[in-house]
Amino acid sequence: MSTLLSVSGLTTRLLTPAGLLAAVEDVDFTLDERDSLGLVGESGSGKSVTMRSLLRLLPQRAEVEGSVRWRGRELVGLPENALRALRGREIAMIFQEPMSALNPVLRIGLQIEESLKVHTDLDRAGRRARAVELLALTGIPTPERRLDDFPHQFSGGMRQRAMIAIALAASPALLLADEPTTALDVTIQDQILHLLARLRREMGMAMILVTHDLAVVAESCERVAVMYAGRIVERGTVRQVFAAPRHPYTLGLLRSVPDGDRPRQKLRSIEGTPPGLGNRTRGCAFQPRCGFATAQCATDRPPLADIAPGHAAACWQAGRLTDLSREAA
Amino acid sequence: MLSIGYVLKRLLQIIPTLVFIVVVTFLIVRLLPGDPASAILGDKATDAEVARLHAEMGLDRPLIVQFGNFALRVVQGDLGTSTAVKLPVGRIVLDRLPATLLLTVMAAFLALLLAVPLAFVAALRQGRLGDTVIQGCFQVGLSMPVFYVGLILLTVFAAGLRWFPVGGYGDTYLLHLYHLFLPALTLALSLAAVLMRNLRTAILDALTADYADFARAKGLPTRVVLFRHVLRNALISTVTLFGLNIGTLLGGAVITETVFAIPGAGRLMIDSIYARDYPTIQGLTLVLAVLVSVAFLLTDLVQASLDPRVAQ
Ligand SMILES: Nc1ncnc2c1ncn2[C@@H]1O[C@H](COP(=O)(O)OP(=O)(O)OP(=O)(O)O)[C@@H](O)[C@H]1O
Ligand SMILES: [Mg+2]
Repeated sequence: MSTLLSVSGLTTRLLTPAGLLAAVEDVDFTLDERDSLGLVGESGSGKSVTMRSLLRLLPQRAEVEGSVRWRGRELVGLPENALRALRGREIAMIFQEPMSALNPVLRIGLQIEESLKVHTDLDRAGRRARAVELLALTGIPTPERRLDDFPHQFSGGMRQRAMIAIALAASPALLLADEPTTALDVTIQDQILHLLARLRREMGMAMILVTHDLAVVAESCERVAVMYAGRIVERGTVRQVFAAPRHPYTLGLLRSVPDGDRPRQKLRSIEGTPPGLGNRTRGCAFQPRCGFATAQCATDRPPLADIAPGHAAACWQAGRLTDLSREAA
Repeated sequence: MLSIGYVLKRLLQIIPTLVFIVVVTFLIVRLLPGDPASAILGDKATDAEVARLHAEMGLDRPLIVQFGNFALRVVQGDLGTSTAVKLPVGRIVLDRLPATLLLTVMAAFLALLLAVPLAFVAALRQGRLGDTVIQGCFQVGLSMPVFYVGLILLTVFAAGLRWFPVGGYGDTYLLHLYHLFLPALTLALSLAAVLMRNLRTAILDALTADYADFARAKGLPTRVVLFRHVLRNALISTVTLFGLNIGTLLGGAVITETVFAIPGAGRLMIDSIYARDYPTIQGLTLVLAVLVSVAFLLTDLVQASLDPRVAQ
């Protein structure tokens, strides 16, 4: 498989009342064609900012550093026009709240067709036919009759389907899905996840799925990256990371998931709260909340280091965790 | 965008408003302290003269009968006879109304012409020099009374530079527009300030809304994101505000007509009050109130065509 996306040293600074502060720091990961990566972490850990940095959909005066290579082409520093041609066409994005992400005053059909207009050569009739096809593809019944509806005439699940239809209009190679099911109730969540899995298979699309829900990652992704305070603290295949977490934060996340019968619960966070943008220290950001911390953790930041092929963790104590998960097994 | 059903529904809803207007304009005069007949005739009139006018005006009949007659005449387009100039009120009002309407429409147009682009610039340059200057100017405009702004414009552009006439209305349509430019601008400034502040905030909100991000994520050109997605949503609240201000605009027209010596309905109102010309006051109030409610209706329809959630 060939590499689709390769991100390295990605750092994004946002304008806050305290000046420009890094919301995302030194993020590295790669994604192959048709690959799926789950991005997890507590609220504020920088998942959304990471995704938005890829397409540079950031507030004005944000700074992006590092490298984002898309099929070998560098996106950081690419002029807005060139990036725009990529947005929606090659990399598409869907959001958490379909109600607020769909424009309330425009018909669903138009919101699909405007995307087709920018990215394809289809004429008016062709665009309309394709819009019907896309709605049908995402499981909206009688699509030709829903084309002229406004978003408020759709139910929550239908709106998410419509948003997916819009995002997939130009058959992108990568879908960035930022918590696409958080706003939905459980049965609908399942339907949407299955829909995404099916579309990914049929369209041969890669996906980065942001979620709070480890069970969702286990079900929908091959690989996972765990973020804490703007950095990736552990990444690997879902099997590697879930079976043998090498970062205490990952371990904490996994332990806070109730096992067995009720896998779909939100993360109960680990004792304490993550540091805000202004309070990120020299050492390991997780150290104040960490049960494994040593003196070194407070002063030196652990690098994200390979532990096994494809499995990396940023922890000085990663070795001790190995023993621990072996004990547990 | 608008369904015929919605338009019909809104048209039907205006009927109770019109009835209410007729009732209130009727009561305004009847419920004034003192007898309209003696008020009209003034101090020097004899009791006999007052009694005759009283009977002539039908004031000796039961209130409900008086109202019935009044309403019947109004429906037929008869607004009574002016006591000051002995002419049909309808004719006097129709005579004066065009100037006021033209002034108000021009002012509304100028206000939008100023507010929309400037709000756009201010919002896109938020916190920078352009934004600060635009906001500062409008803040000043907002804090000055209409007549004061009018006097300044008159002094500078009419008396000083002589670009515009100092007053009057002119004889041809083009001259009307020329004469009304300064007064309309006077009237427009404060409304423009209100609209621009509202629209600037609304645009800023819309710019950071999820749908704007989604529109950008789809790869749409900036122009489409700004005009189709951002401006359209932002205009919804501004249109509402605009509608709410139409009454104020008409009120401002009264003052402006006085400053610029325009023979409009505002001047007529003031003259009629001085002359205690009750039928004219009543007729004019009625016509202005109806115009305001029609303007409300139009704003509602514009709003509904912008926002499908309204037109349910
Ligand atoms: N526009 C912005 N301006 C300033 N700071 C921001 C902005 N957007 C996000 N941040 C900050 O950046 C950090 C990372 O935010 P981000 O939205 O990426 O978190 P997240 O992991 O997606 O959280 P959640 O799970 O709540 O969506 C947070 O501390 C947030 O407060
Ligand atoms: Mg987020």
